[in-house]
Amino acid sequence: MPNLRTLAERQAARPALGSGHSLCRGCGIPLVVRTVLASIRTPVAVVNATGCLEVASTRYPFTAWSVPWLHVAFENAAAVASGVESAYLALRRRGALRQNFTFVVFAGDGGTYDIGLQALSGALERGHRFLYVCYDNEGYMNTGVQRSGATPRAANTTTTPSGATSTGKAEARKNLTEIVLAHRIPYVAQAAISHLQDLSDKVERATHSEGPSFLNVLSACPPGWGYEPRDTIAVVQHAVNSGYWPLLEVIEGHWRLTVHPEPRESVGDWFGSQKRFRHLFDGVDVDLLASLEQTAEAEWQRLAEMEARDRDWFASPDGARWGLSD
Amino acid sequence: MTSWFTDKPQDLRRFRVLTGGQAVAEALRQIDPDVFPVYPITPQTPIIEAFAQCVADGRSHARILTAESEHSAMSAAVGAALAGARAMTATASQGLAYMIEIVYLAASLRAPVVIAVGNRALSGPINIHGDHSDGMLARDSGVVQVYVTTAQEAYDWMVMGVRLAEHGEVLLPVMVGLDGFTLTHSAEPVEILADAAVQEFVGPYAYPYPLLSEVAGTYGAFAMPEHYFEIKRQQIAALERAEAVLPAITRSFAKLCGRQYAPLEGYCMEDAERAMVIMGSQRGTAQEAVDKLRERGQKVGVVTVRLFRPFPRRDLAEQLRAVQAIAVFDRASTPGSFPPLYLDTRAAVRTPRVDSVIYGLGGRDLTPDDIVAVFDRLKRPAVDADPIFYAGSDEIEQER
Repeated sequence: MPNLRTLAERQAARPALGSGHSLCRGCGIPLVVRTVLASIRTPVAVVNATGCLEVASTRYPFTAWSVPWLHVAFENAAAVASGVESAYLALRRRGALRQNFTFVVFAGDGGTYDIGLQALSGALERGHRFLYVCYDNEGYMNTGVQRSGATPRAANTTTTPSGATSTGKAEARKNLTEIVLAHRIPYVAQAAISHLQDLSDKVERATHSEGPSFLNVLSACPPGWGYEPRDTIAVVQHAVNSGYWPLLEVIEGHWRLTVHPEPRESVGDWFGSQKRFRHLFDGVDVDLLASLEQTAEAEWQRLAEMEARDRDWFASPDGARWGLSD
Repeated sequence: MTSWFTDKPQDLRRFRVLTGGQAVAEALRQIDPDVFPVYPITPQTPIIEAFAQCVADGRSHARILTAESEHSAMSAAVGAALAGARAMTATASQGLAYMIEIVYLAASLRAPVVIAVGNRALSGPINIHGDHSDGMLARDSGVVQVYVTTAQEAYDWMVMGVRLAEHGEVLLPVMVGLDGFTLTHSAEPVEILADAAVQEFVGPYAYPYPLLSEVAGTYGAFAMPEHYFEIKRQQIAALERAEAVLPAITRSFAKLCGRQYAPLEGYCMEDAERAMVIMGSQRGTAQEAVDKLRERGQKVGVVTVRLFRPFPRRDLAEQLRAVQAIAVFDRASTPGSFPPLYLDTRAAVRTPRVDSVIYGLGGRDLTPDDIVAVFDRLKRPAVDADPIFYAGSDEIEQER
């Protein structure tokens, strides 16, 4: 596994995503992209869904990419990657291509949880070998902070504004990681931009697994979440250390938490770090904050039980193949 | 036996009785694309079923990518074609409607995907039978569109379509439209070329700048107003060039089999005073009606348009130059205006009298008598109050 110094050196030597892109100050997406791509040693080809990353990195006639990169539309990144991967297999079969490519999809939560879910599901079921990375910033940030299926309950967005009769988004977020897991693919994980070594290690395991693999990476969005750009890492650290965003991986159906924050911070502090949840603290609906905290706690306990259940497997010869016998 | 295209003697052993769908599948088997992403829809299913069996039997090397939707099928086709592999697909009706977003993108990204379309009415109401409303939805997408009139033509244009799509001056999707059921499901003798002849004719897929190469290209960038317009114009120019490069392709195809195609074809047009313009499988019915009227001494003719996009406006103007009155038969409607083939014809000719006829929506038959009635109508003064004649339906409306 490369350490962070190695990753930084690789990124500096030949940045897959270079400078000159127009993502916001404090945006978490470049951290996702650079960590993922610096962790892969084969040639890569990237398929990108429409969204912040695509718009900000390929304004014609410029490009921030130094790897093969393809964008077609918003909802079809997994389908496009299916075609690219099938072409690769066909070209390899007839000896028309020698390089050993790794295929990586980058899509936001809008392009993954919502409009791209069908294409993703189809591609997972068909078993195309690619790493699908969802950079999850919990909303449609490119179009001006609208709610998505990944937006947490109570978040203020431009389509779920808080107000006299509203406490922000009324619904809980979708658990995409488990939807993906239901396809029984070999490798599924959650990661975050506050824990880059953890992310890099997961990329390594994901790309060595047979078939499709999926990473749901919590990014962060200063204008969409309402915090100072310099606080990006700290805000996401809160999400992980409070248990709001558990860092986990599911290998061949076996669960494991990869970061165990001790002691866990308060989920309330995570909500308190961002203006999109400000109305939770105005004293109008105190029950809502308590209920959100309870939900997060119950979810943490559920994951801890799954982890305990699968501990033996990771110690078994099957689990040991993944080099995780800690 | 001689073909109706040519006096060259034909080898009967090359003929097989095939439906249009089977003929397209046979062309697919011989072309042997690298990737065939597809989603089933009536009346395209005979194509993909027959082709899937070819692959299962080891008679094609194609990777059939059984997508979960047409939108994904077309997306995968674009990905594969740009990656550097030959990709083809097939669809119809709602399937084409569902993939239409990506059909536009395929043209813009210059992905030379050949798409067989079993032309079928768009919902609603839902209907599985033939008309051209699906193809017309893709009219302005920037793809080459061909509407064939027989199973033989469906086979031939799939083969020629590969050359046209992948021509270095074009690099655009080519849509080969065959009328649902009338062509997809009806059997007729089809001359099949030798496998090696087709392979040699289409040649290897050689996309000029494949995604999977040592050169890191950026495909599908974001274009602001200062560039979008010029990129669009390049795409428009590429589509126009398809008409220019087509004759060399049809000539080289004619050398293989004697069948010489043109963007459009006149029948009894030499001295025609009244003419009709039509696309698709009803060409045979139109020629039968023309024969009938010619027997009565009427100078009538028919022009069948095969290449609809780019529209062969100069050839059409030439065909219709001496005609006094024209009826354009559209198998699609443009509610609130005139239908597509009519508008294109109107823009191409200077003939004062051009009538619009809409026929065959949702698979309704067009009879020789319907056509005779339209030719009779052309003899009478134009009726401005009722500018569109609905062949095979006006009579029913009047009875109500």
